Amino acid sequence: MTTAVPMTPRIALVTSDPVFAHGVDLTAVLIVVVKVLLAFGLLLVSVILMIWFERKLISDMQNRIGPNRAGPWGLLQTLADGTKLLLKEDLLPERADRVVYRLAPFLAAIPAFLIFTIVPIGGAVHILGHTTLLQVADPPIGILFLLAMSGVGVYGLMLAGWASGSKYPLLGAVRASAQMVSYEAALGLSVVAVVLVTGSLTTSGIVGSQAPHVWNWNVIRLGIVPFVVFLIAATAELNRPPFDLAEGDSELVGGFHTEYTSWLFSMFYLAEFMNTISWSAIMVTLFFGGPDGPVFHVPVLNFLMPIAWFAVKTFAFLFLYVWFRAALPRFRYDQLMNLGWRYLIPISLGWLLVVAGFQISLAVGAATFGAAVLVALVLPRAFAVGKARHEESGGHDFDRVGG
Amino acid sequence: MLAVTITIPDLVTFVLAAAIVLVAAIGVVVSRSPVHAALCLVATLFGIAVLFVEQNAEFLAAVQVIVYAGAIVVLFLFVIMLLGVDREEAIGKDPLRAQRPLGVLLGLLVLAEVLVLSRLSWPIGQPHVAGPVGGPSSNVADLARAVFTTYLLPFEITSALLLIATVGAVVLARRPPRSAGQPGAATGQPGRATGQPGGAIGQPGGATGRPALDGASQPDAADETGTVRSPEREGAPR
Repeated sequence: MTTAVPMTPRIALVTSDPVFAHGVDLTAVLIVVVKVLLAFGLLLVSVILMIWFERKLISDMQNRIGPNRAGPWGLLQTLADGTKLLLKEDLLPERADRVVYRLAPFLAAIPAFLIFTIVPIGGAVHILGHTTLLQVADPPIGILFLLAMSGVGVYGLMLAGWASGSKYPLLGAVRASAQMVSYEAALGLSVVAVVLVTGSLTTSGIVGSQAPHVWNWNVIRLGIVPFVVFLIAATAELNRPPFDLAEGDSELVGGFHTEYTSWLFSMFYLAEFMNTISWSAIMVTLFFGGPDGPVFHVPVLNFLMPIAWFAVKTFAFLFLYVWFRAALPRFRYDQLMNLGWRYLIPISLGWLLVVAGFQISLAVGAATFGAAVLVALVLPRAFAVGKARHEESGGHDFDRVGG
Repeated sequence: MLAVTITIPDLVTFVLAAAIVLVAAIGVVVSRSPVHAALCLVATLFGIAVLFVEQNAEFLAAVQVIVYAGAIVVLFLFVIMLLGVDREEAIGKDPLRAQRPLGVLLGLLVLAEVLVLSRLSWPIGQPHVAGPVGGPSSNVADLARAVFTTYLLPFEITSALLLIATVGAVVLARRPPRSAGQPGAATGQPGRATGQPGGAIGQPGGATGRPALDGASQPDAADETGTVRSPEREGAPR
């Protein structure tokens, strides 16, 4: 605390972007505005392509043809569907809460875009005498912003279900909120492991620390477990199959968005796919080195290399999500809660301890790992013995009541 | 360091955020529907988070949004939905009339206190009250150093207190296990064993007691959420 740190003028939230190195001037602001618009346009176009890709791929996996009428290979199908959707009548259910009903789709869509703003999609570029990072914002709290936005994203689903004023949406909303709050814990713990190793909260810092080699990527450095936990928890946050209980079309009609029509419905649709892309991009950032990858030197187009790597990696995750949807059946509610609370949280907590041990030294890490394995082996046995003894002594129903 | 000039963007941000905080805070108090009040609370918390950012306390802002907006108010709403208390309250029929003048009096007192204190000892117009600001994450680093060195004991005691509170809530919330020696335990009270129909979610008014026309969606929803809730409850304490 004794070292005097020189005071530097800072602008909160977008500070580490070198575009503000010389203070805020009109060009810098303009660059930021352009970046916002570009990112939004990029995300929208990606969503349109992603919807087409998902339908096409899942058709292939189910031995169907899929959309093939509008445009070459059905590429324009999404635009056709979107136009039709926007031209439909905008219905307001009689029992709906007017304000909240119209607010909810925005609360779902805006965080989905905001998550994407902190993703670095390339290295630094030079424009108009300014150097800027290829990400909309690089806040010093970086990855906490992700957690904050995923927390806010719950409101969209929850309020949509409540404000519709009928039972299926309400059930979907209750499921969605319980699910998302539960899995946020596991999500946060696996992010903590990443932050522990990289020593930085900013997304650019996290990407930078994984830079030189493939075996320096967090997925390998952290020993795959935090990544798997994050992948499962992120899928649950996204409400995508196999965690789509909030929609659950076979039991809840459409879940939280049952009553929605027209452009309000399209907002939910947009939000879901923006979220899928944003979270895939976040996974690439946290665990797969972001835009990092072997660079071949191509004159002039050098700056496109990292962007290409980023796109390829993100695409791999998008493929994975479609694959999940085609391959996995939906979880039952109790299975969902068991997985979240009984497995993911203890596993990520234990693994966090092991990662922390390895940060100190190899010996401490190995010892922690051994202890963790021992506990993991002994604890279930202890529970089983205790349960058996309890049932022997006549007390039954113990486990089901509360503990 | 003391002479901090207030720039126009700073001023605009502050005024906007302060307006959001004030309007939403009034909304919390005047809203008739509990859900609207909770939403106004979220808006208030967001405005405060913006004010934190304005003071260069980004970490505090993030935690504010994650913990309060992202978790606590979500739980409020969750409970409101589960219990079906989301009908508008008749504020006119306030059973505690004497509280109103007392409330006004207390409010004025607190306002006066804040005004006096702000004159006396609060550092005003000095953004970096949290400590020196240097690198990109110094905010977090400073806070972490303070929490894990200077204030380690209070921090640990607080977390232990929260843990005790959680365990206590779990113990209080669960129904007492039926012991074998208790008379009638073998047959089991029918209400216990099957779960009181409709009242499984602990709604004293009884979802079944309400006329069907009054809340056409609510009784079914309550029943369903009752069944939905039990596995969640089973897992929650772990």
